[in-house]
Amino acid sequence: MIKLTDIHKSYEMGSNKLHVLKGIDLDIHQGEFVSIMGSSGSGKSTLLNILGILDNYDQGSYHLGGKLISNMTEKKAAQLRNEMVGFVFQSFNLISFKNAMENVALPLYYKGVNRKKRNMIAMEYLDRLGLKPWAEHMPNEMSGGQKQRVAIARALISKPQIILADEPTGALDTSTSYEVMEILREINDAGITVIIVTHEHDIASMTQKIVRLKDGRIDEVILNGELADFRERYSKELQPV
Amino acid sequence: MFDLDLWKEILSALKQNRMRSFMTAFGVFWGIFMLIIMSGAGRALENGVLEGVKSFATNSAFFWTERTSVPFEGFQRGRRWDYDNQDIEYIRQNVREVEYLSPRLFGWQQDGDNTVRGERTGAFNIYGDYPDYFKIDGWTPIKGRLMNEIDVREKRKVCVIGERVVEVMFAKDEDPIGQYLKISGVYFQVVGVIHPETKINIGGGKKEETIIIPFTTMQTAYNYGNVIHFFSVTAKKGHSVSDLQDKLKTILKERHKIAPDDLQAVGSFNIEAEFIKFNALFTGIQVLTWIVGIGTLFAGIIGVSNIMLVIIKERTQEIGIQRAIGATPGKIITHIVAESVFLTVMAGYVGLSLGVGLLELLSMALEAGGEELFFRNPQVDLKMALSALAVLVISGMFAGLIPAKRAINIKPIDALRDEG
Ligand SMILES: Nc1ncnc2c1ncn2[C@@H]1O[C@H](COP(=O)(O)OP(=O)(O)OP(=O)(O)O)[C@@H](O)[C@H]1O
Ligand SMILES: [Mg+2]
Repeated sequence: MIKLTDIHKSYEMGSNKLHVLKGIDLDIHQGEFVSIMGSSGSGKSTLLNILGILDNYDQGSYHLGGKLISNMTEKKAAQLRNEMVGFVFQSFNLISFKNAMENVALPLYYKGVNRKKRNMIAMEYLDRLGLKPWAEHMPNEMSGGQKQRVAIARALISKPQIILADEPTGALDTSTSYEVMEILREINDAGITVIIVTHEHDIASMTQKIVRLKDGRIDEVILNGELADFRERYSKELQPV
Repeated sequence: MFDLDLWKEILSALKQNRMRSFMTAFGVFWGIFMLIIMSGAGRALENGVLEGVKSFATNSAFFWTERTSVPFEGFQRGRRWDYDNQDIEYIRQNVREVEYLSPRLFGWQQDGDNTVRGERTGAFNIYGDYPDYFKIDGWTPIKGRLMNEIDVREKRKVCVIGERVVEVMFAKDEDPIGQYLKISGVYFQVVGVIHPETKINIGGGKKEETIIIPFTTMQTAYNYGNVIHFFSVTAKKGHSVSDLQDKLKTILKERHKIAPDDLQAVGSFNIEAEFIKFNALFTGIQVLTWIVGIGTLFAGIIGVSNIMLVIIKERTQEIGIQRAIGATPGKIITHIVAESVFLTVMAGYVGLSLGVGLLELLSMALEAGGEELFFRNPQVDLKMALSALAVLVISGMFAGLIPAKRAINIKPIDALRDEG
């Protein structure tokens, strides 16, 4: 599904260069549930943006669904994003002057689906996420958890193969976070690859595979089976606060 | 293809920013409004003036005499002189460029009440003319007829009179035709009531206060002898009236022993030159109108472009989200350009309608207020309105294009990061 080989990425800031990703090799298979961890500034978001074709990389190769992603026109990238990827952001990123249903329906607008049909589909997804009564509400009339569910519905509506979520629970309290993770798990159960970035170990421990970044490289990859071990190692941090 | 969704998107975006949309639109509105009003006013002035001169022969020149200003062949300067019948004969026979030639005698209004009919008296402009005069300065007979060749040849004591003369000399329900007027002691029979076709007036006074009698009758009846006060000529097709004017001046100076370098003695005036000045003036007004109008419009459009830039900046994140979830650059550009065109055209349309409406009102007011104005029919032609609309659409597109380019140059990832 996703195959990264020796990915490098640096940001140019005036005369100096900030080398953020220094050779990332990573394979993610269809249907995996992966979390990316690492300290602040370690390049998690950068990596996720490259995965979502929101940003390009300097060196190496990135194959998505067997296709090499490099030097794409913005148009092609937009279409590919629309087909393959759904995004969920920490700050929800809903469009403020559209109600929940219209926000969810937006990706279908770019696909050329007519208004009636896409609003109907949007209602289905809202219903699935328990938000049907909120369909007509504007984003500023909803709680963080509701907004994030709307965002997830929007990510799902174009039937993507991958959901990319950058700190999807970063702005939510613990119980809402768990609800959101439960939703993501259900999505994953349906066969969609889910990749999240998170700082929270308990959130990460709900995924099947944890990729830890350090200094622009993959420090360790903890697989499902090793999670028990992982739990032990980080038990202190996993104590309920 | 009509994309209803696109329009819904645009309307909701504009509604979202009601005040700003309005302010932006106002610039364009004002530009087109001013353009229409100024152009209409300029056109009205032109219409009014041209209406007043349109049936005046533009290839005509006029001659009168002044005192000499240079001593010559024993004559002192300051000598008074007159044209005479021989001059006219000579010109008729020797100057082939002349089309019409019409000598005239004046009986001055300033001399006091020169016209009597029973109890009624009045002071009018009395002219002795040839029928050719009507070919140079058009008059329409509203009753009876114009003066003709036979009147002149037979020195008939007949006259044609202006409307004001009828008002003063006759009772309301009286028919002036066939009646007699005593003009400076001589009886003349009224054969026509005439209406001026032009507002150009040679000799001063009101055109409606004119009495025209046959030139020959006037010369004999009032003992003018051979004298001619004034004459009008027109040039034949293909000849410049200015050249003719110069040629006649030379001939007249020779015939009357006037110094060739005397610039004052032969008084003359040439309508062609005046018309050229008029036309230049109106072209100037129109050009100025367009420059000012387009300038104002341009300022409005810069405004639209500017506002669109601000909108784009404010919507950076929104555009980033849209692009993250699959909006292609083409879609974004279409959206922004359509929004800009929509704003521009709507504003322009309102400006256009209001401008045209105002001119229409003005036009109606003028019509109701009589015709004595050099300001007439201030309408905007459809062609101009349509070209203004085309200018609007195109400029709306340009106004949107720069911000749209800016918008797609922002990488979606940067747009998303711009969270403030
Ligand atoms: N557009 C950019 N231009 C310059 N530097 C950038 C840019 N984006 C990110 N960086 C830098 O790259 C490094 C990695 O950034 P990134 O956002 O990937 O970190 P992160 O792991 O997501 O951190 P956090 O946990 O705080 O979100 C940081 O030092 C950041 O300052
Ligand atoms: Mg980050």
